[in-house]
Amino acid sequence: MGIQLPQATPPNSTPAPSADVEEAPTVELRALDQLWFQVSGTVCNLRCNHCFISCSPENHSFWFMSRDEVRASLDASVRLGVKEYYFTGGEPFMNRDMLGILEDALALGPVTVLTNATLLPQRTVDALAVLAAASPYTLEMRVSIDGVTAEMNDAIRGDGSFDRAIGAVGRLAAAGFLPIITTMQTWSEVETDGILAAFWDVLGKVGYDRPRLKILPPLRIGAEASRDRGYDEFERVTHDMMAEYPAELLLCSSARLVTASGMWACPILLDYESGRLAHTLEEAAARPAVLAEQACYTCWVNGAICSNMPGFAADPA
Amino acid sequence: MIGVEAGGTYTKVAAFGGVYSNHLALGAAIDDALSRGAEAAICLGDLGAFGPNPDKVFPLLREHGVSVVRGNYDDSIARGLEDCQCGYTDPRDNHYARLSYQYTFQNTSPKNRSWMATFPEEIRFRMGALDVLACHGSPRQTNEFLWDSATPTHFLDKLAQDFDTDVIVGTHTGVHWMRRWGDHRAYVNVGALGRPANDGRTDVWYAMLEVVDGDLAVDFVPIGYDHAALAIEMRDEELPEEFVETILTGWWTTCLEILPGKERAAGRF
Ligand code: SF4
Ligand code: SF4
Ligand SMILES: [Fe+2]
Repeated sequence: MGIQLPQATPPNSTPAPSADVEEAPTVELRALDQLWFQVSGTVCNLRCNHCFISCSPENHSFWFMSRDEVRASLDASVRLGVKEYYFTGGEPFMNRDMLGILEDALALGPVTVLTNATLLPQRTVDALAVLAAASPYTLEMRVSIDGVTAEMNDAIRGDGSFDRAIGAVGRLAAAGFLPIITTMQTWSEVETDGILAAFWDVLGKVGYDRPRLKILPPLRIGAEASRDRGYDEFERVTHDMMAEYPAELLLCSSARLVTASGMWACPILLDYESGRLAHTLEEAAARPAVLAEQACYTCWVNGAICSNMPGFAADPA
Repeated sequence: MIGVEAGGTYTKVAAFGGVYSNHLALGAAIDDALSRGAEAAICLGDLGAFGPNPDKVFPLLREHGVSVVRGNYDDSIARGLEDCQCGYTDPRDNHYARLSYQYTFQNTSPKNRSWMATFPEEIRFRMGALDVLACHGSPRQTNEFLWDSATPTHFLDKLAQDFDTDVIVGTHTGVHWMRRWGDHRAYVNVGALGRPANDGRTDVWYAMLEVVDGDLAVDFVPIGYDHAALAIEMRDEELPEEFVETILTGWWTTCLEILPGKERAAGRF
């Protein structure tokens, strides 16, 4: 499952044109702490209407990565001193090599899989539990659920997706995992306690009684705002805006994305040519990210929101 | 016992992690280190937080000459920042972090706050022929969490190379662990004296570093102390009952968000 960001561009429409790449500000990599893999390309069994890269069964703009392709970048990551690995898509478990890929990655470091949890039958959960137990490193299953009822969630993620994801969360919990449930805050602050209680209730019913819930704060610019405004006046990150800005807040200062078609600055810019940096990880690590897209403005306003926990990449201190 | 000094060379050093105002455990750990013949002692920071009466920690450190590396908590309290810089996003974790930060800030004397402001970010010394870098979180960032299950060996190796050292010693997470690689390289998380290691026992931990046959031997030492008395003192100070429960049971009840899945699954909550 890809990262879902309420985006400035309405879903499934043409992205806003890039700013002049030559003119755009850049951000150097401070350290390659997070290595992301677009392991299932843009292929997903679902077609969520907020998916920021419009993944679907038919979106083949990025193809699956093979176990060998992933291993080549894992080898390079050892030389670069990477701290953690993230696997995203599309839906990672659409990739037939996924279990082998996880085995390779878990031999080297901690792993987070961003999944929609609709393709996790008991035998896959059992295999994941074996991999997790065999590694000294943690295997984090990050599951996005968009609401506390099937009605709320399925309106966004498709019919039946709520029940399938909740069922998988129950199987994961029974196998010893503590999946991280992420949900985008679409409610007002006063409702938060009620929503949290409802989450605890629904997760408790499938046996997940100490849930790790991560509410992603509402982004400070949203689809509605920019839809009203049209595309000719959308915001850009300028050199002035970067002058006093702590660049470590941006994911591209500590991460790179590996895809079947090369290396990108970050997972958010997958749809943009300006996000593409190089063929090899070493080259991509040496090249600064180019902040030419409207998505960069969203990052600039909101800071890194994609990593699991407070740490080097997400910490302003 | 003396304090570890920058540039010094030692053979047996007691390394204490976060104290979190647990003066009873600190006293017991100092006694233990003396009885084991430690020649020098160092504390890796986070003197306050969590426990009662933060000012009681300072006389113990001064009396025994323990040198101190600056922790994120010390930095916040010394500079009067708004929070402890642990970076919690979970509302419940934030609630408790704020309570303990405000309590600690209000109960730390100006004199102790100015002393904290003098703590260095790192202290480099030698154990025999090995270079040691003592820091709070990581050599590159005071509040970086290094957990066993979330820290690859190649990442530690990069830190050791970038900071030109053989051994890195830190704390900040509250759970002790160590990793060795290469010929003489090692990372040692000395754990914390302030609260138990989320393992269901009431002991707290420190690390004894010793040069044995030219290499570094690391002994994680459990410290039993009068935790019941600490619990009474915490209740007298009206600290959250959740904190008291941790002291009495050995299980963490708050600030769990920062734990990787593997470490979290090993605890009760
Ligand atoms: S589940 Fe698939 S369609 Fe939905 S957000 Fe994730 S990648 Fe996009
Ligand atoms: S989208 Fe965000 S993380 Fe990616 S290059 Fe732009 S600013 Fe950096
Ligand atoms: Fe700390």
